[in-house]
Order: sequence, then C-alpha cells, then structure tokens
Amino acid sequence: MYRSLFPRDLFAEVDRLQREMQQAFDTVSPTIRGFARGYPALNVGNTPTSVEIYAFAPGLDPAKIDVNLDRGVLTIEGERAASVPAGDGKSTTHINERFEGRFRRVVSLPDDVDPTAVNASYRDGVLHLSVKRRESALPRRIEVQ
Amino acid sequence: MTNQDLTRPNDKAAAADDELALLPPVDVIEDSTGITLYADLPGVPKDRLNVRVEGETLLLDAELVLAVPQDMQASHAEVQRKRYRRAFTLSRELDPDKVSAEFSQGVLRLRIPKAAHAQPRRIAVQVA
Repeated sequence: MYRSLFPRDLFAEVDRLQREMQQAFDTVSPTIRGFARGYPALNVGNTPTSVEIYAFAPGLDPAKIDVNLDRGVLTIEGERAASVPAGDGKSTTHINERFEGRFRRVVSLPDDVDPTAVNASYRDGVLHLSVKRRESALPRRIEVQ
Repeated sequence: MTNQDLTRPNDKAAAADDELALLPPVDVIEDSTGITLYADLPGVPKDRLNVRVEGETLLLDAELVLAVPQDMQASHAEVQRKRYRRAFTLSRELDPDKVSAEFSQGVLRLRIPKAAHAQPRRIAVQVA
C-alpha cells in the first residue's frame, strides 16, 4: 500500500540523479579560478600531440575575439552585442536569457605546449583552438640496436 | 491494452531523449507586428537544424557536430550533450505559416508575424 503511492521508477530516478551529479563533479575539475561557468562554455581535451580547446561562442565577429597565450595561461576575451533593444517603448522583451556584454575566460595549459604553434578557427559559433605540444615532449619510440 | 504496453517503451525512450538534450538560451521580443526569437545553438551546422510548427507548438531541434580529433580525451567538458531541444506554445494571433528563419554562426533568428485576422473589424448589426 505504502509502496504503491510512489511511481515505480522513483528509485531508478534517484539513482540516475545521483549518478549525474557524480559525473558532473568528476569531469569538471575545480581549478584555482573556481568552477567558472558562463559564456562561452568551454570544452578542453588532450591528444598525444596537442591540446584542443572548444569555446561555444555563438554570434561573434571572429576578428573581434581576443585570444592570448601568456606563460601557459590562455585567455579568450571579447564582447557580444545585445539583441534585446533598450527600452524604446515600442517592443516588449518576454525572455532574455542570452549572454550580452564583455566576456573573459581563462584556461591554464600543460607545461609542454608550444606557444608559437596555435591554430584558431571559428565555425558555426564554436571557436576551436589547437595548441601543439613541443616535439621534445611527444612520446617517442626508442629503437633497440 | 496490449497497444498501450507496446507504446510504453517508446514513451520512455522519448523521455530519456528529452533528458539528454541541452536547453538553448533564447531572447523573445514582441513588437506591434510580431515576435522575434533569438536562440544560441553553437556547433550546429545549418543542415542539422530543424525548426517546425506542430499545431500551436513551435519546436527547435538541433544536433551539435564538432570536428574532434579521434584520439582526443576530454579533460574538461561543460557541453556534454549533442542535441539542443526547446518547445514554445504559440498564441492564436500569431501566423505559423509565415515564420521566417535565419541561421548564422550558431545564432538562430526567427520572425513570427501576427496574423491579419487579428486586426480589428467592424460588425454591422441588422435590425430584425
């Protein structure tokens, strides 16, 4: 009787929630700059030869995005214009969720990256930065004589 | 009865699908001639964007495609899903047949005009 008051999948749902929360904490590592979230959202990945950074920054002029790499710290900066008109009395804003204004996000890169070999492209509103690792840091096969 | 049992797993799959979609941020602005909607859908190529009107519901459905190197291992991911989905209920004075859409650099701009029949009309009263 008591059990029948609950939907059958409740325990599965709680389980899923717990797993999702755990996952969120596993993949997002707290850095010294905190759990920074916002615009643009960032995904970072590693390959044996490079570090790949994806910034989800829709609706920008690629010429106006500032990307700087200084002593292993990568900074992405810029400004996004507002689409919502300032109160002119003729229109009503019902929903205003999209980011507007200045943004700045910082990523610290591993020590073995080569600051001179950065490739940046902007496509479908995603800024993709590929930073090569130094040759000396690449895994190398050693020939046995 | 059997019919319902058969459709159940489908409903469940659809619900699971909903949970896996990202909710894109939007701006909705109304003026005297219609409504303008902006949605942020970064990473979506034009051919993977699906905007449709079903009855009174406006549906945005888009798939995120990223060119990621095959041997890449993610170390930090704030975008963990490959689909955007959001639905809105339209009101009756809007004309769903005249929706126009532009999509550029991950930003969708939809314009939904107000229907002509929503304009005021004079009704003649007949004397019996």
